[in-house]
Amino acid sequence: MLRYAIKRVGSLAISLIVASLVIFACIEVIPGDPASFMLGLNAQPDTVAALREELGLNASLATRYLSWVTGMLSGDFGTSYTYRSPVAEIIGDRLWISLPLALIALGLTVLIAFPVGILAATKRGSWADMSVMGATQLGIAIPNFWFAMLMVLLFAINLRWFSAGGFPGWENPAAALKALTLPAIALALPQASILARVMRSALLDTLSEDYIRTCRAKGLTQRQALWRHALRNAMIPVLTIIGLQFSFLLAGAIIIENVFYLPGLGRLVFQAISQRDLIMVESVVFLLVFAVIMVNFAVDLAYAWVDPRLRGRA
Amino acid sequence: MRSLIFGLALTVMFALGALVSFVWTPYDVTVLEIANKLKPPTADHWFGTDHFGRDIFSMIMVGARTSIAVAIVAVVIGMGLGVPLGLAAAARKGSLLDEVIMRGNDLIFAFPSLLIAILITAIFGPSAVNAIIAIGIFNIPVFARLTRGAALSLWTRDYVLAARVAGKGATRISVEHILPNVANLLIVQGTIQFSLGILAEAALSYVGLGAQPPTPSWGRMLADAQTLIALAPHVALFPGFAILFTVLGLNLAGDGLRDALDPKLRVMR
Repeated sequence: MLRYAIKRVGSLAISLIVASLVIFACIEVIPGDPASFMLGLNAQPDTVAALREELGLNASLATRYLSWVTGMLSGDFGTSYTYRSPVAEIIGDRLWISLPLALIALGLTVLIAFPVGILAATKRGSWADMSVMGATQLGIAIPNFWFAMLMVLLFAINLRWFSAGGFPGWENPAAALKALTLPAIALALPQASILARVMRSALLDTLSEDYIRTCRAKGLTQRQALWRHALRNAMIPVLTIIGLQFSFLLAGAIIIENVFYLPGLGRLVFQAISQRDLIMVESVVFLLVFAVIMVNFAVDLAYAWVDPRLRGRA
Repeated sequence: MRSLIFGLALTVMFALGALVSFVWTPYDVTVLEIANKLKPPTADHWFGTDHFGRDIFSMIMVGARTSIAVAIVAVVIGMGLGVPLGLAAAARKGSLLDEVIMRGNDLIFAFPSLLIAILITAIFGPSAVNAIIAIGIFNIPVFARLTRGAALSLWTRDYVLAARVAGKGATRISVEHILPNVANLLIVQGTIQFSLGILAEAALSYVGLGAQPPTPSWGRMLADAQTLIALAPHVALFPGFAILFTVLGLNLAGDGLRDALDPKLRVMR
């Protein structure tokens, strides 16, 4: 297990370095001079020169890359050009909306997908199974931002149970959670549909294994065999998908935040794009990619821990 | 078989709508009739009109062109680059080339496609072409992995050995023997990526990173509809249904194709 973990840490480091290089190249090299890009076409040469000085663009590429990376390691993401305050602070504020949103959505995904998937697998071929398969087919095909709009129409505009958007802040946790409810449902629906299907097929695979028949022959009820043996073995593909889904939820939150006017990372990054605040775009994108890589790493370790057979294939 | 027919029927319907829109639409989508704005569905305007008085049915027909074109080109990019990479990685399994290709794929996988799109539009500005590139890049590792995985098992087959004995090189074997045998898988995955591409294009246009006005697109129709939803819900309903049914059709067709092409799976499902 330790050898496997060390090997994975090695490839984790390589992924992070390459990801940072790619983002650095995209933001600071491809557009030519970031300073004149950020200031637009009509900028005065001395303004551009001043910004170049401020951003440290006169240093060599390698020096700039190193100072960006070492800065991030010590929590310094630079200063936003439009907000005139440290990027890390702004991101920190916004993260308190995007991260809880993604986590609540992940919780909902699991809460919906597990019972539904288990039901469909154990009652295979029944009307319950058929309706689960039909409903999940719809859930996968529906664009989540459109589903979000429909929920606003029904629950906010017609029934007035929820507000149509905005965020009251965490000072009032109940109101904050309420504001995140519809967005979280919209985010969770397609992912729950996918996960329910994965759960169903993984469980169908394990339920047809010989060891389940052995359990039944030894006198376990169907229910005992399911809970003690089949479910545990079906968890490996399910865990993998959950790991992938968390990154989709974090990134998908960017779109859903727009529907509900939530001031999270998504709104931040779109504002930064329209204001050409490259430092901000660079930092938010790297942060999200970092989160995704770390989640995948954690999932890899988790299932090597669950299933010793996987440790050999580092 | 039922899902294949139903899925294909839906897909063909939208594809036909897109094709017909090149020569005919019920109304001209470039003409604004403010006096006629936000009319609910009637016999004249089947899906009603939008905030500029344009016919929503016609706009959906024209919007289908954007969605389908973006998604198809993105699949072509993904297949065009991913399949050769996957074939090459499988032919030289365990080599440095294989490692580089697969680690590169892992890296693209680590970037959610939406972030790639954001990066690209931050630099080059929003447009349908940049949306295609963003979605297409994300398709590359999907096809590369699928091809490599399937090709690896084919390389151990006797007929490949026979071809090697006959003196064929790795490239020729890949093209003449491996590729035809992974084609089924690629077609099925192609329909799935096609449907994901439609969803991705809609999301990108919705946040303003996809096709720009005046090109109609389903995602942007929904973005425009968002502020009007309390006033005229129909403006938001129909473009959403268009996306939903296109994606549903493609997914069902993909499922049906997989069953039809691989009879072994049919027993299991």
